[in-house]
Amino acid sequence: MSTPVLDVRGLAFAYPDGHQALFGVDLHVHAGERVALLGPNGAGKTTLVMHLNGILTAGRGEVAVSGLPVTKEHLKEIRGRVGIVFQDPDDQLFLGTVRQDVAFGPANLGLRGAELDRRVMDALDRVGMADFVDRPPHHLSYGQRRRVAIATVLAMEPEVLVLDEPSSNLDPASRRELADILLGLDVTVLMVTHDLPYALQLCPRSIVLSEGVVVADRSTFDVLTDEALMAAHRLELPWGFDPRRIDSLPR
Amino acid sequence: MGAGHGHRLHFHGHSPVHRAPAHVKVLTLLGFMLVVVATPREAYAVLAAEAAVLLGVVLLSRVPLTYLLPRMVVELPFVVFAVLMPFISHGPRTEVLGITVSEPGLVAGVALLIKGSIGVLGALTLAATTEPQDLLRGLQRLRMPELLVQIMGFMIRYLDVVTAELGRMMTALRSRGCDPRSPRHWPVLARSLGALFIRSYERGERVHLAMLSRGYDGKLP
Repeated sequence: MSTPVLDVRGLAFAYPDGHQALFGVDLHVHAGERVALLGPNGAGKTTLVMHLNGILTAGRGEVAVSGLPVTKEHLKEIRGRVGIVFQDPDDQLFLGTVRQDVAFGPANLGLRGAELDRRVMDALDRVGMADFVDRPPHHLSYGQRRRVAIATVLAMEPEVLVLDEPSSNLDPASRRELADILLGLDVTVLMVTHDLPYALQLCPRSIVLSEGVVVADRSTFDVLTDEALMAAHRLELPWGFDPRRIDSLPR
Repeated sequence: MGAGHGHRLHFHGHSPVHRAPAHVKVLTLLGFMLVVVATPREAYAVLAAEAAVLLGVVLLSRVPLTYLLPRMVVELPFVVFAVLMPFISHGPRTEVLGITVSEPGLVAGVALLIKGSIGVLGALTLAATTEPQDLLRGLQRLRMPELLVQIMGFMIRYLDVVTAELGRMMTALRSRGCDPRSPRHWPVLARSLGALFIRSYERGERVHLAMLSRGYDGKLP
């Protein structure tokens, strides 16, 4: 099998205050996959995500991105390969115009001039926000800001896109528009979410993290229909939602 | 969410003052204020001339005075201080409207009031005619240290976010029967301002993480 884009082995991590968040996590994501990372609050999902681009450094175990270990000397390269979209777009968009914000990442990678412009417009095109390029981000709606936040990372042309709660705080129409955009992207995706129907719609495969360990790594359909597993790890489907009654599942 | 143009101090327009490059405006204001501050306190004719120059610029900018004057309330603490000065200063006494006050205090108070008002009106005119982004670029052109320009940029960007957050906190307080304006509830208000500070600090950390994730290494590209 090819080298996985994300390869996490035996990852353990404790915060400086002694609270241990991860107890030996193993997971791998291959090129072109869309994988959901599920789990209750406090399971360590965000802690895990912060290891993927070296914001946090593994206490034990290792993380590699397309074979390149996540260590201090490779940070710049790693951050070009792993694009993380954080939950609150206001944390991600901090400059005066959409253009500046989307250009921030690729410019840090050393791009300038026409190539930089191409990256910016390409990324905005892919999320359908090209018309807003010269607007200040704080004048956009929440759903639009979320899309621009994704563009800021797409502009770096990462090998894997990591999304933290992409559907949170979106109205149903924005949520669906975002799903259409994500389904249309030709990138590897790891999506952290509590929104189980969204995981089922977008990600053929799911990994369940609970109390700092991986407790399941199967097809999303199998996870969501395993009542014992779901109940044991505080995962619940919205009322009235039954995965068995959905006829077209992504594969 | 407002649409189109920037902040609450900006008044949209296309006058020569609006079109002048930001760094020129900043330098002009700075030079003008140095002259005003250096003017002797009792040279009222010179102070009047300086005020007239400023009013001329305001007229040229076509920003209505009714827009600028209410925004001058920021000066209020200094006005209070200027009004107190004749009463708390020492020196020879003089009589104004039947009240005995200190003469040097009176002169200093009046001078503070005039110079302060000119300064505030000048700053408001700059703010009303310059978009914040242009102002930052102007400061950059003036070789202001990069770090300071970045900090100011972040302040402008997050002012709205933090104000909105404060607004939501106040609404939540009011919904639970607390009136933030009443002195009885000031302790609660102080605690929520503390909470707002912590929240903003934590947001700062999250923004920094998001920047690091996109390869930030200490300077804005």
